[in-house]
Parts: sequence; structure tokens; C-alpha cells
Amino acid sequence: MSTFRNPFSAATRFLKGCVCGRHASAEDHQRSMIAEAVEPPLASDESRYRRVIESALMRAIFPEDAARRQFLKAVGASTAAAALATVLPIGTAVDAFAQGAAVEKKDLKVGFIPITCATPIIMAHPLGFYSKHGLNVEVVKTAGWAVIRDKTLNKEYDAAHMLAPMPLAITMGVGSNPIPYTMPAVENINGQAITLANVHKDKRDPKQWKGFRFAVPFDFSIHNYLLRYYVAEAGLDPDTDIQIRSVPPPEMVANLRAGNIDGFLGPDPFNQRAVFDGVGFIHILSKQLWDGHPCCAFAASREFVTTMPNAYAALLKSIIDATNHAQKAENRKQIAEAIAPTNYLNQPQLVLEQILTGIYADGLGSVQRDPNRIQFDPFPWEGFAIWILTQMKRWGQIKGEINYAAIARQVYLEADAGKAMRELGLTPPTGTKSIVVMGKAFDQTKPEEYIASFAIKRT
Amino acid sequence: MLKSLSWRAATLSVVLFVLFVGAWQLATSGGSTALPPGMDPEYAKLLGLGATQGKSAMPTPLEVGAKIWGHLRDPFYDRGTNDKGIGIQLAYSVARVALGYLIAVAVAIPLGFLIGMSPLLYRALDPFIQIMKPVSPLAWMPLALYTIKDSSTSAIFVIFICSLWPMLINTAFGVASVRKEWLNVARTLEVGPVRRAFTVILPAAAPTILTGMRISIGIAWLVIVAAEMLVGGTGIGYFVWNEWNNLSITNVIVAILFIGVVGMVLDLMLARAARAVTYPE
Repeated sequence: MSTFRNPFSAATRFLKGCVCGRHASAEDHQRSMIAEAVEPPLASDESRYRRVIESALMRAIFPEDAARRQFLKAVGASTAAAALATVLPIGTAVDAFAQGAAVEKKDLKVGFIPITCATPIIMAHPLGFYSKHGLNVEVVKTAGWAVIRDKTLNKEYDAAHMLAPMPLAITMGVGSNPIPYTMPAVENINGQAITLANVHKDKRDPKQWKGFRFAVPFDFSIHNYLLRYYVAEAGLDPDTDIQIRSVPPPEMVANLRAGNIDGFLGPDPFNQRAVFDGVGFIHILSKQLWDGHPCCAFAASREFVTTMPNAYAALLKSIIDATNHAQKAENRKQIAEAIAPTNYLNQPQLVLEQILTGIYADGLGSVQRDPNRIQFDPFPWEGFAIWILTQMKRWGQIKGEINYAAIARQVYLEADAGKAMRELGLTPPTGTKSIVVMGKAFDQTKPEEYIASFAIKRT
Repeated sequence: MLKSLSWRAATLSVVLFVLFVGAWQLATSGGSTALPPGMDPEYAKLLGLGATQGKSAMPTPLEVGAKIWGHLRDPFYDRGTNDKGIGIQLAYSVARVALGYLIAVAVAIPLGFLIGMSPLLYRALDPFIQIMKPVSPLAWMPLALYTIKDSSTSAIFVIFICSLWPMLINTAFGVASVRKEWLNVARTLEVGPVRRAFTVILPAAAPTILTGMRISIGIAWLVIVAAEMLVGGTGIGYFVWNEWNNLSITNVIVAILFIGVVGMVLDLMLARAARAVTYPE
């Protein structure tokens, strides 16, 4: 990560190895330098961008690292920085860098479903993340998942908020025409729950749920797969022992009140809304089934990605920037206030605050505290896609041979997310994601064995 | 006698209204303001009034009245893509209905004329019309979205297709059942076919055609709300959906009232037009 070290510090070496000789590597040296507060950690985006630009300039002026360090020793860092600033407009370069290359299309339309999972996409509008990256984005509220899919396929929207399995389903042509789709960023991880009607307060064990009617937001949703997984672990067959219907999230609470369903595994704010309106209680958070599961995603067609690479890159950067902002606990209250109005989620702020801060009423009479109730992490791990594909196959949504890794790589764009994160001065994760669902580890290199290991399946 | 009858009817309307609102008020008010025994105050703070005080989700008439006043005071505000005043939403819906409806008029009346004047065409096209007529306009929606690939055009198409059939059938029927004597008179006077169509058939069939148009506008207004709930974006249907999303029954009731009033106005306009072309036989 030498990109972010101070290029005006003679102590910084761009090449491998440690400058002072006290540390095994440059990274160790850097870490201890920060720990000793020799160099303050880079806080704001502005200063992160500035460092990236300055490093690039210094590299260009002094291709020989030794020459650069000699120069700095001779004139001092501040003189060098000032001299460089008079010749080269670093400020302008920083702005230009933040805005990326000239975008092909400035006015973009992004569709969203009014649920808290869409927080980064929505809040990027009132909090100005889109304009920061040189875009004029209109965020359009949409009625349901099928509509958002059709409107995006019709190119009414340039990109959209989708459920993580949807880009996979669209690419493979399950439930619609096959159209190459991509998912360059996850929106949120966790943040869902199983909510049951108040009459079932004594039935906390899923083994007692035979004959229950459940709602999930869409057939191709992590909600559907998690609910099926959960009841199947309790020995119930989700296709015969319980009923699962696709119900748009806002109708879930109304149906729960009317007694048409016994519960739902749905997105917030509707779990908390059911508690808020005294209709149901939160049985279990989805994070207790799989901590860190992906839920909603930022999706765009392959065509948009290839025909408008700069607009796509700017949009992706805005989303990742917003996601990063949303992840920080101290910003959550402000976000709840920003997305509560009619123009965005149209929900009571009190409900959104409970979800985002994780201090919430559970509907059973106590206040729960779980700051990780919902988290925002943009990295689209290919392992997520492979797990979702195994569940699609397990429940008969897709049949036949599947090249899991190839589809995952084609749709979940780890490389693009990583590139955007680096350009924003963030550190993308490396390696593979460890996935543990209800205590059972998932090996993404052995998807078929994973499916075969389940007793209840439709293959 | 007539005057006193309308007077009595008006009084009865008012009495019924007062009774209805009174019963509504009685049914929805109530609920204690105290917390249920044993509830943690910190917990109660996180809940809505519905959960803590047993307040009904149904608003009282007073709350609805206040909401209506709030909407009427500022009907044309625009606070972003997804939040516009009720006046703007209604204008969007009326514009969509008007556009779809006018296209339907432009197609249905000439076509209806042709069908009505030719018994052969009448019989040949009858099976198709009979099959298409009872199809719910919303059933066209997925097909329209798929082929037109634009949601607002699809909404207009759905309005077009639902207002087409009543007008087509009524025009054809009106034209076909112009009294033979009148046509014979025209023939003996050697009136040309174009002149005959405009001076004899059109005035004779006008009341039936207007009836068809009146039925159509009613259906079109019914359908636009459902269509907009489906495609979203703008319009009164979107407003209903958005408020339902927030489980705000008050705003849904307000929207119902507004939809009713606009529908009534549209219907009255065509009733006036129909009265203007009616003739005594």
C-alpha cells in the first residue's frame, strides 16, 4: 500500500524493504510509524486522494527513488510540496481524480426498493456521494422486484438495487430471458429477520412450525434460501411442511396483521415495523443463521459496464464510498434521518434508527443491543455467488450441470470492486471468504459435495 | 314537489354522512394513554402508539380531515423524484388517462363506424371483440412491459386498450341501428356516402357513442390507479402504493376520496356532453 505513504517524507521508500532497518518489511514499518503517530492516519477522502495524486507525481518526477529521497533531504518536505504545487495544480488534479475520467453519461437513473438494504444507494443521493463523483443520479422508488428487474432490462434504469441472487438468475435466464448481468457491489450484509405473528410467541422452535405460511420477498432472494435452510435443518420440508409465498415487503406487515401469514423472513424496516405496530415479534435475526450473509446488491447489465465504463466506474465508486460511510456506527443516526422522508423510505425515523443502530425492541418486551444487526460491506465475494447457486440447485430452481466458479466470476465482479476500493483509498480484502451457515462450513471449491450433504433437497 | 324532493334527498344525504362519520369516530377513538402494566419505559419508547396504547391503526375522521387540509394547502410541492404533492400526482394520472383515452377515441370511433356500416365486417370481427373485451386491462401489463419496454408508455397502452372496447362496440351498435327510414330518405335524396355519414348517421348514433365514451372514461380511471400501483414512479396510484408502504391508512383514505372526486368530475363532463347530443325521437 505504498500508494498512501507520504511521498514528501524522505523516510518513505517506494521500493520494497524497510527504511529504518528496524522492521522486517515496509508494511511493518508503516504500521509502527502510524502507531507512533509520526504520521497521522489519513482520515478524510480529500487527504486520501491527495496522497494518491502526490505519490504518482513524485514517482513521475523522480523515477529513481534514491534521487527523490536525496532531493527531499536537501530541500525539506514542505518546500518540495510547495514547489511542486506551484508548478502543478495538485488541487485540480485531486478534484479530477475524485471525479474520475470524463463520464459518458452524467444523468443516470438508479431504481431502488424502499427497504433499509438499499441504504447506500439511497443515502448517496441526499448525502451527496453521487455528485462528489461527478454524477447526477436520480434514485427512483420502484414497486417490486419483478418490476425493478423489467425496468432495468428495458434500460429505463441504468443500474438498480437488486437481491443478491437476482443478477445470477438473470444471467442464467432463470425466471426471465438470459441477459448477461453483473453485480459489482454488495449493499448490505445481515439486516434481515424472521418475524412471527404475536400469537406464536410460544412456538419458538421451528420444529413446531408445521403448516405455517411464510412470506419471503422474492423467489430469487437470500431470504428464501435462508428460510428454507433454517426449516430444513429443523427437519421440515419447506415445500410440503410449510408454505412459502413471494410477497412484496410492505404487504408482509399488512398480511401478518390480517392473519394471512404466520410469519416472514423479510427485509427491514418491515421486521421492526411489525414490532412498532404491535403486530409481531422478531424471532431471530438473519445474522444468527449466517453472520455476514449478503442480502441486497448493486447490479448493472454487462452492456452498461462495457459501453459506459467511466460512468459505471464513477457510479460504482459513489456506491462503495457510500457503503463505506454507512458501515460506520457513528454515521448511522444521521443516515436514518436522511433516508426517512417520503422521497426515500417513507418510514418513521424511530423505526429506522432502531434498525441501523441495533438498539431495538424485539416485540417480546425487551430491548436488544446488537450493533451488527445490519452492516454494509461492498465486496462481492465469489463465494457468496457459489453458495447462492448451490441453494438454487438444491431447491430445483436450476437443473443440470453448472460451472459454479465461472458463473460466479462472470457476475460477481470482485476485481472491479477491488479496483474502485483502491481508487477510494480503501483496502480491498484478499483470499476467499469463509462462509459458515448455521454452524456448517461451506467450501466453495466443492459445491456439489455441499449440496449432496443435505438430507432435504430437490435434486 | 320536485323541489321538496331534492331538498329531502339532500337532508337525508347529510344525515347519512353525519351518522357515518359519527360511527367512524366512535369506533376508532378510545384506547388508554397509560402504558400497559409491567412494560419497560425504555422498551415502550421504541414502539408505536399502536403497540403501547392499543390505538387502532384506523385513523379517526378528524385525523383524515386534517390530512386532507394538509394536502389541499400545498398540493403542488415537489421534494424530489419520489415525493410530489397530491395535485401533481393527480395531474400525472389525468394526463395519462387523457392521452390513452384520446388515442382510443381516435381509433374506436372510425373503426366502429366502419364495422357498424358493414354487416360483413360486423360479423367477421365480432368474435375477436368478444374475446378481447372481457380481458382485464392489467393482464396486458406484463405483455406491454415486455414489448413496449417503457413503463409509462405501457400504462398509457393499458388505458388505451381498456377504453377501446366499450367505445368500439357502442359506436358499431349505434351506427348499425340507425333507423332504416332515415337512411332511405337520404338515399331518395341522393345524398353521397360521406355526407350521409356525417349528417345522418353521426347525429343519429351520437347518444350511443357518447354512452360508450362515458363507460370508457370510468373504466380508464379505475384502471390507471391499479396500473400506477404496479409500475410506480408518478401518479395517484403510486401515491397510494407509497403510503401503503408506510402503512399510512390515513393517506390511503385521503387518496380514495380524491380519486372518487376526480372520477366523478370526469364522468360529469361526459354526461354533459351526452346530454348535448341527445335528441327526442
